[in-house]
Amino acid sequence: MSAPVDRQPVESQEQQPQLSRRGFLQMGAAVSGGLMVSMWVPEVARGETMTADTYKPNVWLRIDRSGATFYCSQAEMGQGVTTSLPTILCEELEYDPRKIKVEFAPADRAYDLPALGLQATGGSTSVKFAWNPLREAGAMAREKLLAAAAKKLKVNKANLVASDGVVSHPASGRSFKYEELAETAAWVPTPQKPALKKPEQYKYVGKPIQREDAVKKSTGTAGFGIDVVVPDMRTAVVVRAPSFGGSVKSFDGAAAKAMPGVEAIVPLGYGVGVVASSYWHARQAAEKLTIAWNEPNAALSSESIRGQWVKDMEGGGKEAHKQGDARGALASAAKKLQAVYEAPYLAHAPMEPMNCTAHVSRDRCDIWAPTQSAGISQAVAVEITGLPHDKVFIHSTYLGGGFGRRVGDDFVKDAVLLSKAVGKPVKVVWSREDDIRKGIFRPASYHEIAGGLDAQGNVVAVYHKLATPSVLGQVLAPFVTATMPNWLPLGLKKGMAGGIAGSMANNVDPTQIEGAADPGYTFPNHRVELYPRDPGIPLAFWRSVGHSFNAFVMESFIDELAAAAGKDPLEFRRAMLKDSPRHRAVMEQVAEKAGWGKPLPKGVFRGIAQHFSFNSYAAAVAEVSVEKDEIRVHRVVTGLDCGRIVNPDIVRAQLEGACVYGLSHGLKQNITIDKGGVVQSNFHDYEVLRMHESPVIETVLVQSTEDPSGVGEPGVPCIAPAVSNAVFAATGKRLRRMPLALADAAAGKPSKPT
Amino acid sequence: MSTTFTLNGVRKTVDVPDEMPLLWVLRDVLGMTGTKFGCGMAQCGACTVHLDGNAVRTCILPISEVAGKSVVTIEGLGTPEKMHPVQAAWVAEGVPQCGYCQSGQIMSAAALLAHNKKPSDEDINTAMAGNICRCGTYSRIRKAIHRAAEGGGK
Repeated sequence: MSAPVDRQPVESQEQQPQLSRRGFLQMGAAVSGGLMVSMWVPEVARGETMTADTYKPNVWLRIDRSGATFYCSQAEMGQGVTTSLPTILCEELEYDPRKIKVEFAPADRAYDLPALGLQATGGSTSVKFAWNPLREAGAMAREKLLAAAAKKLKVNKANLVASDGVVSHPASGRSFKYEELAETAAWVPTPQKPALKKPEQYKYVGKPIQREDAVKKSTGTAGFGIDVVVPDMRTAVVVRAPSFGGSVKSFDGAAAKAMPGVEAIVPLGYGVGVVASSYWHARQAAEKLTIAWNEPNAALSSESIRGQWVKDMEGGGKEAHKQGDARGALASAAKKLQAVYEAPYLAHAPMEPMNCTAHVSRDRCDIWAPTQSAGISQAVAVEITGLPHDKVFIHSTYLGGGFGRRVGDDFVKDAVLLSKAVGKPVKVVWSREDDIRKGIFRPASYHEIAGGLDAQGNVVAVYHKLATPSVLGQVLAPFVTATMPNWLPLGLKKGMAGGIAGSMANNVDPTQIEGAADPGYTFPNHRVELYPRDPGIPLAFWRSVGHSFNAFVMESFIDELAAAAGKDPLEFRRAMLKDSPRHRAVMEQVAEKAGWGKPLPKGVFRGIAQHFSFNSYAAAVAEVSVEKDEIRVHRVVTGLDCGRIVNPDIVRAQLEGACVYGLSHGLKQNITIDKGGVVQSNFHDYEVLRMHESPVIETVLVQSTEDPSGVGEPGVPCIAPAVSNAVFAATGKRLRRMPLALADAAAGKPSKPT
Repeated sequence: MSTTFTLNGVRKTVDVPDEMPLLWVLRDVLGMTGTKFGCGMAQCGACTVHLDGNAVRTCILPISEVAGKSVVTIEGLGTPEKMHPVQAAWVAEGVPQCGYCQSGQIMSAAALLAHNKKPSDEDINTAMAGNICRCGTYSRIRKAIHRAAEGGGK
């Protein structure tokens, strides 16, 4: 199995394709009498030549004499798409997914996700969006292979059987491998609506098929972006401003330029690039740069940001969700609770630092990037180089973690600008300090929430005031630009995109209130009020986005209400989820596996949470002890209803990983702002969960026949509140700020300043 | 500024500054990219290799300290065709997600098992505490180490 990064990239101008993609399609349509009109050819978009004896029924599949190849248009960042996506197609194709070759697809509009209009990986959508098109693509190819065999054998297609890459004719005992049928299959008519298999006929979907990348990733042979080597390549680092929004006022690069191995010092406006023979040489030289900065945001701090939000809440907010009359119902409630919750800015800190390799020449641009959006990477390069889209070639690699960070375009921008400046291929590599201090962040949030109970302990109202900036307001402009047709002039696209993004920032961004406005419970009176002031820290999607803080607030506060009502936390939730059967089912299955209500070892206590996100239903029970103010998580049972499961082992792995991710931000991660920049710098002060802190994790997969929904993110939001609720059970102390710390309860934090 | 050492059983001489870390000599000079850069300050373990049989972090190890010694990297531990028992256990347990940290995790685990044939959970915690995995594969790493210890990785 090969990925593009495993082989030598295009080295010289001589190897450029003879035809542009458009030209190829026109020629293809002409010679084939229409058969190839809807066809699209990855090799051409990738700048390679191709041969004629291949069968490419669609943008994901190619069959030639060496077998079948799946073009994976989604980024592989740990979530297993190079296994789950070909499994879906192979199920209908009747081909063993363990035998199909997998290559990453290039950037092309043919791979735009239907709901986004963009080729991107995020929002836990890969399997969800691929489920129907990949099954249809596999079935269509299968029918054409059957028709090809029928033609060759001069028998009725209905008497043929396709299985494991072979079409056989049981009556005569004759058979053809798919690769032997490729040439003929390309010329038989395409069936309009091929029949899809019934679930009970599935051979591969629903089975724990070994990951395509397991051996490569266990032997150091998987090609990540940082591993890319291009002939004549240089390595670069970029020194960025100490505070957000800063720019270079003046600089002296003479001392850095004189260092061994250094080729160029390149001013970039937002920073200064050092281009050298190796990362180490570039990094050593960067230390010698003298730079004076413009720092417009140097007064910004975590305290000033919080203080502004607290002040905003004294005025009015935007109504983001309204059911009944929450304020009126609160006023007449038998019992009323009020609380302040907080969550900090967070960096993603994927293990592979940001990097990108670019080669800009006069008439083409090649980019090797660990990117979550080939579409955005291409759009950035088009903007910087002025080249047309079909001259910008994106070579995707494996991603050493993504979590939303690699939707950003900053590392691609660095590489394209530096290669353009020095006229050679340049690989830019960020340090871990760059990654934690100079990147894009999960927004902080500040919440004032009130709830009312009637005399029987039923919730009559929830009134949630929520301050957090809009991620979409910041990131939508490049997204929207990349979704517009390639032929639209860039200036027009940017104008329109800016308008749409501005409108989002001035209204309600769904990612600000997700999980707060739709908690699954039916409250008779419910109001969510948004305070969207954006302090200007650069923002990003971050694994589970707004759910990551809103679930913490909602599920902790529900626990507070349960305690105030004197009810069991599971029973309290169950009663409120009576009209939400899928929420309730996963919660009940998780509670049962966890042994809810049964005795625990001395000093160990349970907490529970449930949450709906990315069209999937999740729940978790955490078992926790607290000794000398230290929170120890011993066991977590975490469950998911994500509709039909394509690969149960991958779903379990994602739930285990989401649990660790949730514990990391629930217990450890914290980005604080001072003098307009990030205080933390590396894993010693931006701590994440380690092996010895990782609990026993048990997973529950709810069996379902619904279409597949999200897997990568929905396991995250429940974890922090389940732990926090267990801490309350253990200590009677309610922790309302992440990362959770018992010292907060002792100090009475967080509280509203008087 | 020339340093000679043994890399995966083969004698190598490199002409680089004495203070250049082994990580960047491996990656940028010798083209051995299986060993990963993660933090640059021995906090994450992605760059772990064996130096005379012990797990070390190469991002802070000057090449001069490697002179005359034996270095084994993930490429020298095993290959896709002939995996080391720890690598085979990793595949059997389905450990890797993004996979970026796994070279370092495997080198730490292999060093542990070379010194301790039957590590307890506590031994594993101690040996693996320096290796971060952001995908959260810790529970499978633990299972894979036990599997390799029981001969299940062969």
